Amino acid sequence: MCLFFYFRDRKEWADLEPVPQDDGPNPVVKIAYSEKFTDVFDMFRALLKNDEKSERAFALTAEAIELNAANYTVWHYRRVLLQALDKDLREEMKYITAIIEDQPKNYQVWHHRRMVVEWLNDPSEELQFVAEILSQDAKNYHAWQHRQWVMQEYKLWDGELEYVEELLEEDVRNNSAWNQRHFVISHTRGYSDSAILEREVQYTLKQIKKAPHNESAWNYLNGILQDGGLSSYPGLLEQVTELQDTCSSPYLTAFLVDLYEDALETNSSSYDQQETLNKALELCKLLAEEKDTIRREYWNYVSRSLQNTEYITDMLQV
Amino acid sequence: GTQVKDVVIKPEAPNTLLLDKHADYIAAYGSKKDDYEYTLSEYLRMSGIYWGLTVMDLMGQLSRMNREEIIEFIKSCQHDCGGISASTGHDPHLLYTLSAVQILSLYDSINVIDVDKVVDYVKGLQQEDGSFAGDKWGEIDTRFSFCAVATLALLGKLDVINMDKAVGFVLSCMNFDGGFGCRPGSESHAGQIYCCTGFLSITGQLHQVNADLLGWWLCERQLPSGGLNGRPEKLPDVCYSWWVLASLKIIGRIHWIDKAKLRSFILACQDEETGGFADRPGDMVDPFHTLFGVAGLSLLGDEQIKPVNPVFCMPEDVLQRIGLQPDFQPSNRGKLSSSTNDWHTV
Repeated sequence: MCLFFYFRDRKEWADLEPVPQDDGPNPVVKIAYSEKFTDVFDMFRALLKNDEKSERAFALTAEAIELNAANYTVWHYRRVLLQALDKDLREEMKYITAIIEDQPKNYQVWHHRRMVVEWLNDPSEELQFVAEILSQDAKNYHAWQHRQWVMQEYKLWDGELEYVEELLEEDVRNNSAWNQRHFVISHTRGYSDSAILEREVQYTLKQIKKAPHNESAWNYLNGILQDGGLSSYPGLLEQVTELQDTCSSPYLTAFLVDLYEDALETNSSSYDQQETLNKALELCKLLAEEKDTIRREYWNYVSRSLQNTEYITDMLQV
Repeated sequence: GTQVKDVVIKPEAPNTLLLDKHADYIAAYGSKKDDYEYTLSEYLRMSGIYWGLTVMDLMGQLSRMNREEIIEFIKSCQHDCGGISASTGHDPHLLYTLSAVQILSLYDSINVIDVDKVVDYVKGLQQEDGSFAGDKWGEIDTRFSFCAVATLALLGKLDVINMDKAVGFVLSCMNFDGGFGCRPGSESHAGQIYCCTGFLSITGQLHQVNADLLGWWLCERQLPSGGLNGRPEKLPDVCYSWWVLASLKIIGRIHWIDKAKLRSFILACQDEETGGFADRPGDMVDPFHTLFGVAGLSLLGDEQIKPVNPVFCMPEDVLQRIGLQPDFQPSNRGKLSSSTNDWHTV
């Protein structure tokens, strides 16, 4: 660490009385701070106390942020100063870009960026910036929230599906990307368009063939077909059953159980009810006893439910 | 390939519960003369105190903490607007307002602060669409919806907000996989799910959750090591033993987790030398993970620990004293109706 010229020694700061950390009347805590940290935050507290709105205060917030970017009070103060001093918000964008690149997993930095974008009413750099951050960590929850906000607020939907596909090419198990896929389509063409739905079903099955043990893909497939019902979607049972030999996984088996369950619940005439029940119970047993034993309680529950469903269906037929 | 992202628990990892060590760790936390980490976390001090006190109370060791000093500290953190800050010299925020109210509830000293002003502060953060901002700067997150109703429930003042809109906003954050994110469209995440199911429990709206679908997503968080992650393809972390487990408890499906395996994961996260729990075996401990490790074990039924309330993450006996009783239905093993934990003030 290079030599630091403490604020308490700087003549331009001589008029301020540094305010030490106050941990209460009888501090249980006696902490040895690093000298620089003490210096900067004592000075910060002095500025806050005097409610000073000056360039030197603004400069100090940057020092404080560098030492502790999670300190939300410092960010608040910086925003107050940005407005009071009518600072150049383009410069602030450069600043917050650098901070986020350094510390991308922090609520305050992203919220600050959002505020600056709102003040400038200019989202033009945002998608590019978020893509850069995601290239370092494709699942950064804050980054994805920011991206979704920008897209919705400024209606920037074009090209996003392509972007999501790129990410899924890189990592087909990226749950955030699958979520984003759902987000984009729900807000644009929508899943009630049967051509879109079919495209998505086929896309998902294709990804499953590449990586069968992929929770996200199966959750997505299930999710988009929930409304219509799994058992009535044309050709779905055949396509999934076909995958069993080469692409078996507990998720595939679970999906079949869900599909059979749907057939039973809807009392679908395309399915032999008794045979379907037997198949479903067999799969639940396989999962509980062999393929997914850690969740045996869940599979036993599903078995019992299936049998209850059949009972109710029988009752209604009487 | 089928490489599952997970940890491997070493055979020499701790496998018994070291409660005394954890109590010593928490009692001493923050009293070390040389602790940079403590300084750095000043911006969340109120929550840090809540974590420490709650875990000590769960272990029956609350008396070792400095009640008077903490109460004075909280008084000094209430601002004119009614909101409470993380520490002196910080700005008020909903997160720390909840933590403060939780601490004062533990200490049965809620009236040392201006309760009416707290209620006004919380009410004032509700937005047009029913959501809640964390503070005057407007960050929206379902975490804050939870903080708002939990705070008001502890104060017996749930009726001041627009309940329909608040519920509507949280439900709009329900995703295709049954989970919840921080805002509508946000990826399902166990922490957010805890906040939303907690919210829906407090507001009597658990029947709106698809308990089977969400329960399935939640029990899918369990990895071969026994630990729980927060969303698909992520590593296990002991704090998810809380977020996931409490959510499952709230929706009546806690039995869908392999309890023995989870318990052994949680125990492996202890540090035998220093006391406390880390996020995963072998890492550095901290009070946050210590609380959630112990609270998770309580939910799993460990009798050495007091029963913990899954909505508030506070000892059940505290909530009973306040009069916040769950309208509890035993977990329903049939599919025909979903189990609910509906809260109302007695």
